[in-house]
Amino acid sequence: MPSLIDIRRRIRSVKNTQQITKAMKMVSAAKLRRAQERVIAARPYAGLLRKMLANVAGAVVSSESAGVNPLLSAREERRIQLILITGEKGLAGAFNSNAIKASLRFAEERAGASLEFVLLGRKGRDFYRKRNAAIRGEHTGIMNKVLYADAAGIAREAAERFAQEEIDAVYVLYNEFRSAASQKLTVSRVLPVELPAGQSPTEYIFEQAPDQILGRLLPRYLEVEIYRAMLESAAAEHAARMTAMDAATSNAAEMIDNLTLYMNRVRQASITKEIIEVVSGAAAAE
Amino acid sequence: MADELFEFELATPERLVLREKVSEVQLPARDGYIGVLPGHAPLLSEMASGYVCYTSAGRRYYMAVNGGFIEVLPDHVRVLADTAEKAEEIDVQRAEASLKRAQERLTNPNIGLDVARALSALHRAQARLDAAKAGAH
Repeated sequence: MPSLIDIRRRIRSVKNTQQITKAMKMVSAAKLRRAQERVIAARPYAGLLRKMLANVAGAVVSSESAGVNPLLSAREERRIQLILITGEKGLAGAFNSNAIKASLRFAEERAGASLEFVLLGRKGRDFYRKRNAAIRGEHTGIMNKVLYADAAGIAREAAERFAQEEIDAVYVLYNEFRSAASQKLTVSRVLPVELPAGQSPTEYIFEQAPDQILGRLLPRYLEVEIYRAMLESAAAEHAARMTAMDAATSNAAEMIDNLTLYMNRVRQASITKEIIEVVSGAAAAE
Repeated sequence: MADELFEFELATPERLVLREKVSEVQLPARDGYIGVLPGHAPLLSEMASGYVCYTSAGRRYYMAVNGGFIEVLPDHVRVLADTAEKAEEIDVQRAEASLKRAQERLTNPNIGLDVARALSALHRAQARLDAAKAGAH
């Protein structure tokens, strides 16, 4: 039987851990709120861009001068780039491992094609480094603070390689933020770009040629898509960490309760033993 | 005409900067500034660096912008800017310093100077200064 002191020490250690998980939970909650605000703040631009793209696309399709933009050309997907977004840190429940598992599944489903990875976030990078996968690009440290410039750089490189026909398709795999309690793994194809459906085409005055404007809009659209995925993933990560740390805190509380109960029982047992010794000693002396 | 209004939206990738009913907007289109009044014909253009000026409730407001797109509809103007700053938020000293730096770089070019980058820095700083100066009046 462990001594009282051992159990007390154990309880103290669990309590310390509980304090840490509780603090991490609160930090995540605060970060989640900020991340959520950024997701919402980025929506108007994306919405306006989509509308504009639809309008321009309608005009380009109806004009004869349309040279097909290289970012629109769909072809057989033999070389695929997968942009995998994970977190920088663990302790977020199944957040990172779910994303990595989904990427493995993605690779399995497309076994016939050659796959290259662009890894955002340390966790995904560490995993695929060990596996000797074809890593085209790795960006660690950028998920701590999601910046548009980072997303733009990644998008530019992907667009360039796509335009040069070095790759045939680009997919993004990330955790989409649903609510504080749930994340949804999402795979979306960002290249070739699928044009949003246009409404009735408006007769625009074009300051520049329509296909020229389209040529500028499309890369921007790609940047925004990747930026959005990064923001979503960052928010989802904080949400996942918050949930995981909440669970850890309540587990610790439960453990402390059990240990306290056990400690009391041990103490009671030793008191009882001592009383028996005293009583039987007294009885022997009579 | 004077009290007719239309909606003006200006967004950057990070956030929606502005959504307001305005009576007039001036925008730095790529081939020169354009003025927009209510009922303008639909127009699409790229945007250059410069300042956006809009009139709301009889007051003029200025903003420095840098690159992006403009969509004009009869009752609506949408601007997608790469960056946007309100005139009163502009740090004039910093803008002046970066303008000077860009000018120096272009007048005494080093080997390996990225001319396009220096030029865009020059335009950006100039746009900031213009907006700040116009906003101060």
